[in-house]
Amino acid sequence: MDPTDRFKRTYFEECGDLLSSAEARLMSLGDDPQDGEAMAGLFRAVHSIKGGAGAFGLDRLVKFAHEFETVLDGFRSGKASLDLESHATLLRALDTLADLVQADRSGLVLLDNHEAAAAAELAALKSSLGLQRSGASPRSAGPGRVAEIEPRQKRRWRVRFTPSRDLLRKANEPLLLLRELRTLGAVKVAVDTSAIPDLASIEPDGMYLCWVLEVETAENEERICEVFEFVADDCEIAIEPLPPTSADGPEEPLPAAATALARATETDRAAQGAIAPVSGEQSTIRVDIEKIDRLVNMVGEILITQAMLSQQVAAVQGDVVPELAAGLSQMAAHARELQENVMSIRAQPVKSVFQRMPRLVRELSAQLGKEARVLMSGEDTEVDKTVIEQLSDPLVHMVRNALDHGIEMPDARVTAGKPRTGTILLSARHRGGRIVIEVEDDGAGIDRRRVLEKCVARGLVAPGAAPSDEEIDNFIFLPGFSTASKVSDISGRGVGMDVVKRNIQALGGRVHIDSKPGRGSRFTLSLPLTLAVLDGMIVTLGVERYIVPLASIVESLRPLPRDVARLAGSGRVMALRGEYIRLVYLAQVFGCADAVNDPCRGLVVVAEVENGLKVGLVVDEILGQQQVVIKSLETNYRQIDGISAATILGDGRVALILDLAGLGRVAEAADAAPTAPAALPPPTGSSPAVAQ
Amino acid sequence: MSVTEIDLAPARGQSMPAVQEAEASAQTDQFITFKVGAEEYGVDIMEVREIKGWTQATRLPNAPTYVRGVINLRGTMVPIFDLRARFGGGETEVTKTHVVVIVRVKERVIGILVDAVSDILSIDRSTVQPVPEMDGAEDAKFLCGLVSIEDRMVALLTLDRMFSLDRVDQKSLSAAELQN
Repeated sequence: MDPTDRFKRTYFEECGDLLSSAEARLMSLGDDPQDGEAMAGLFRAVHSIKGGAGAFGLDRLVKFAHEFETVLDGFRSGKASLDLESHATLLRALDTLADLVQADRSGLVLLDNHEAAAAAELAALKSSLGLQRSGASPRSAGPGRVAEIEPRQKRRWRVRFTPSRDLLRKANEPLLLLRELRTLGAVKVAVDTSAIPDLASIEPDGMYLCWVLEVETAENEERICEVFEFVADDCEIAIEPLPPTSADGPEEPLPAAATALARATETDRAAQGAIAPVSGEQSTIRVDIEKIDRLVNMVGEILITQAMLSQQVAAVQGDVVPELAAGLSQMAAHARELQENVMSIRAQPVKSVFQRMPRLVRELSAQLGKEARVLMSGEDTEVDKTVIEQLSDPLVHMVRNALDHGIEMPDARVTAGKPRTGTILLSARHRGGRIVIEVEDDGAGIDRRRVLEKCVARGLVAPGAAPSDEEIDNFIFLPGFSTASKVSDISGRGVGMDVVKRNIQALGGRVHIDSKPGRGSRFTLSLPLTLAVLDGMIVTLGVERYIVPLASIVESLRPLPRDVARLAGSGRVMALRGEYIRLVYLAQVFGCADAVNDPCRGLVVVAEVENGLKVGLVVDEILGQQQVVIKSLETNYRQIDGISAATILGDGRVALILDLAGLGRVAEAADAAPTAPAALPPPTGSSPAVAQ
Repeated sequence: MSVTEIDLAPARGQSMPAVQEAEASAQTDQFITFKVGAEEYGVDIMEVREIKGWTQATRLPNAPTYVRGVINLRGTMVPIFDLRARFGGGETEVTKTHVVVIVRVKERVIGILVDAVSDILSIDRSTVQPVPEMDGAEDAKFLCGLVSIEDRMVALLTLDRMFSLDRVDQKSLSAAELQN
């Protein structure tokens, strides 16, 4: 790859991090406008984005970021305090900045005036803050800067600039720094070449020089520091004031005390929060996700091989080689530990998803005329990246739902004796090898009477039925259900909660509702920690084995022949404690000729498919329960209806994993449209039903 | 020829003179040929990843008859296609001597079930003859040419068209198979 492209890619990756940290800081400024630390962080993030953009010649981005930065600097230096309106402006500016970054990243062409509105707002804000336009070139924003408070008297400084060996390798050019320094005032440059090694051991891209610079400038020390801000991580900088030119007396040689001084000034600067000098090694590294994925795959292989070996050894009668068995069980423990560790590399805190919610709530509540805030707990709880990616949409839906349907209007809340501002509590924690995420609001709770009316009106529930409170609560997960009387922009399109439930179930998760009228609702999601492995039950159909996701299984049983009835169409149902459960003859759906295909001689695994709908899967036998590694079939084949993926069992053979939601649809297509259960004589049990 | 694992590297080494010839004429391609019944087919050696003995595959539901299932190839799922069935010769009755040729077709890795691998040929491109047009010979479009080696005829395969995994394609094919 072209090295520039590589740097560019790294830059955009960093931009992603910077933007999200900027957003988090901006949000926290919304709660506490006096938070100087957050403002400084926000400024640094925008500044870094600008800097990198300059290096890659992304002029449009530089220009906007510069305007943004100027305004932020005004707030940072305490010129003005952040009010609600300017906070909103900053939010919009940050969005625009993100758009520009995204456009440059993806090569998308934005409209010429895309950033115009946000830029105009920033300009208005700037002039209202009394900030003048700073220097024409964003990078040399030095002279004429209003941030200067000290009297404009020229002073002399000695700057000792000691770059690290890596400076050039990180694509920094010291010459540019020196030039920029020159914009501050007259510079006397002395270079120290004593560190250059002999030719044999010189690294062509190593940095061996250091500079002693004498600057005569009206700017303050901080300004000089800023020149070196981009290389702050890769150099040591010592700045000391020199006596005025008139007293141009004892010209010290490069003082040995400079190092000590450097420490002192560094401490000073750290206290000021201007540049954070990096001491020692970095504690994190950036790794391509693909490399980690490969590692995860490989560990999966080890687990499979290990299971295979254990099975082989167990098959050998007696304790022939006890050391072998002992060694294997030790290896099994190591393999599992290895897997946990590798998975933890890919784990990320749920914070990255939670972080978006305050913003969402803020904007939505403004739209809806409601008042709400978000509280979070356990946002550092870690879960696999694959789960995080899938979690975002359902969570957004649920938070919207809580705000739109849960939290009441401020006046209504006051009447009900609650604080005007509603609270949405997001929490995450680990429990029993799963992650549990709760979205809790202190709103009105589910209006069960209205839910029931709606369901009856839509024909989702038979009139006159008397479902329990819990059942009514679960009605909101029915497809096509929506209680919002008018379709709003926010929710109420009837695609909300059923989609949430389906997505969560597709991840092997469960949703639970807990609602108290007048007090609020709590949605509890329980998800597996990873999508790389799955707890499954191994069942057989003839010679083939299939995996049923354990999370969906309700029970398994062998029905009596009299409990199985044929439907008027071609399907069959099974009576189970007064409930009719549709039977899915897997052997027919999958075309397994050698399967038993008879619930009364084989087994029925009752599983929850969607929205509490249960089906009975007719299988031959249950072999056991096992954690399996999920393997995609789509890489080399294609998607198969009713199958979500495959796995490798202990003997090295492939077994397919059922996709229960998809299976319901496949079976439905295979069956004729089912009608009400008809009281037909049960099948004899000896003749397997052939439905097709 | 051995039917268990065949490492291609030595095979490539053996044919080094051929490669050098190829550089001289710049028009020679190498093909691995295999037998299905009495017929002999060839695929470009650059498409072949490895050759392994037959192992029981896991059947895939509702797949065309020429899809024998998937196997675990060092942790990836590789679908196995039955070349005989693909050409309408019925399912291959597999024995221990049957061979699976693992090939890369575009982004996919697939296995082709054949009776036996027979040879590695260096074929001068100019000797490749076009496939004669035959009425209703659907299968002809899976071939990219014919060559005659000594007294045998070898049909060169274009794999990407043959095992295209388009849904539409599959549906229509299996429908056609049902009618036959």
